[in-house]
Amino acid sequence: MSLKRAAAITGIAEMAPRASAEGLSTMSIWADVSRGAILDAGLEPSDIDGLLVAPPIVDMVAMWPSHLGEYLDIHPRYANIVDLGGASAAGMIWRAASAIQSGLCRAVLCVSGEASDVSTFYAPRAKRPTQQLPLREFEAPYGPMGANSGYAQIAMRHMHEFGTTGRQLAKVAVDQRTNAGANPDALYRDPLTIDDVLSSPLIVDPLHLYEIVRPCTGGAAFVVVSADLAGSSAQTPAWLLGAGEATRGVMLAQVDSITTSPVAQSAPLAFEMAGVTPAEIDLVSVYDCYTITVVVTLEDAGFCEKGRGGPFVEEHDLTFRGDLPLNTHGGQLSFGQPGLAGGMSHVTEAVRQLQGRAGERQVPDCELAFVNGNGGIMSEQSSLVLGV
Amino acid sequence: MSDQPRKPLPRPSPLSQPFWDGLGAGELRLQRCDSCDTYVFYPRPYCPHCLSEALTWKAVSGRGRVYTYTVIRRAMHPAFQPDVPYVFAIVELEEGPRVETNVVGCAPEDVRVEMPVKAVYDMTTAGIALLKFEPA
Repeated sequence: MSLKRAAAITGIAEMAPRASAEGLSTMSIWADVSRGAILDAGLEPSDIDGLLVAPPIVDMVAMWPSHLGEYLDIHPRYANIVDLGGASAAGMIWRAASAIQSGLCRAVLCVSGEASDVSTFYAPRAKRPTQQLPLREFEAPYGPMGANSGYAQIAMRHMHEFGTTGRQLAKVAVDQRTNAGANPDALYRDPLTIDDVLSSPLIVDPLHLYEIVRPCTGGAAFVVVSADLAGSSAQTPAWLLGAGEATRGVMLAQVDSITTSPVAQSAPLAFEMAGVTPAEIDLVSVYDCYTITVVVTLEDAGFCEKGRGGPFVEEHDLTFRGDLPLNTHGGQLSFGQPGLAGGMSHVTEAVRQLQGRAGERQVPDCELAFVNGNGGIMSEQSSLVLGV
Repeated sequence: MSDQPRKPLPRPSPLSQPFWDGLGAGELRLQRCDSCDTYVFYPRPYCPHCLSEALTWKAVSGRGRVYTYTVIRRAMHPAFQPDVPYVFAIVELEEGPRVETNVVGCAPEDVRVEMPVKAVYDMTTAGIALLKFEPA
């Protein structure tokens, strides 16, 4: 069954990332962006009959959707948590569209974000793997550095198999920083060169500090509505044209090939449903927790041949003025990663661009966007084609 | 008791005890499926390939090659900070399965992808041995 044009995103809201929580709570952030998204969509609180929530990474409690519904004083008929790690936001859109198409609801509020900073994110207590997980028994004793070491291992193997270079990976961070210069909300906006990236401290070989995302505080929300509500929306609807999802194990030792991600399955599903090809895409908005993530995603989504991601990002201008505008908000590498709202930033930016509301960094004639959400160590992938 | 942070050590379950017992005895043992002849790692109650519950522990060669690795220069868990820089790797065993591990016995800059390695059994003060590898 196709979800093409079954639903559209109309309203979005985003809190600018900040380096520390500054007295904010997760709930206060969620309330702020929820209000903003409902207002932006031109809806009343009573119109919201669906609620999807991505859990905060540093603060896991049960029944988050009910706690948020209570805070907002809304009464959804469809309420769920979506935990696909960084892929949660993209995964929410087709889940919302699916619920809308089945008649369960008409307007689904999707919310993410958290009050976090580097110290809470890296606190050993917060990051202790659940005692029963095989990860705790067969990986933790060897001193991994969380996601950092996993993505570094992917990058190392990618370099071995395909000859990908540090300069090629650094180019992703550099072009995205140029984009961040045109985004007042981004955490890091000063221009960056390839040499700056390569001379920043090596943290987990071959990845340098400026190739690694920064945990921070922030949040985002959007509203997914039915076709009839989209028709009367104040904003240009950003339609869901295609969606695909694929997952694999989280422990890299359990994965057949770590240089190919499940994007190789999820993206073709999304393109097929939408009836478009990568060559037709005006804006690429893909998860970038590390530079290597972007390179692997572009390959597996079919923007270039497998293994040619390095030369591909070198040959193309990935800025908002370029021939392949990519992560025009700066990507999470420059924008910041406010928990799972980091993944949502790729959705909000795509909607902004499709609606023509991206200001200085607006991509001309932006009609088709490819969005990719990525979770874990490239273990969860949710791919979308959005369009106007 | 010391206030120093302690490294997270394995807590063997009845299912995984033979694996850790093997390492303690200086031997790498893996589950092998009697039904489809596949090695299974990490330990599981049944073969995920054919669903057979007939799994037998077998001693294996301990030989393999580095599938990938990274050098960790800032530890996330404070107990590992004194060890930096150290190599966190995935080794592909000759018998097929891959394991997360450390490569020891050489400088981090001498490690290469596809480098041949052999198992070493690193006995911790807690009396449980970890599976590590050194250049073969």
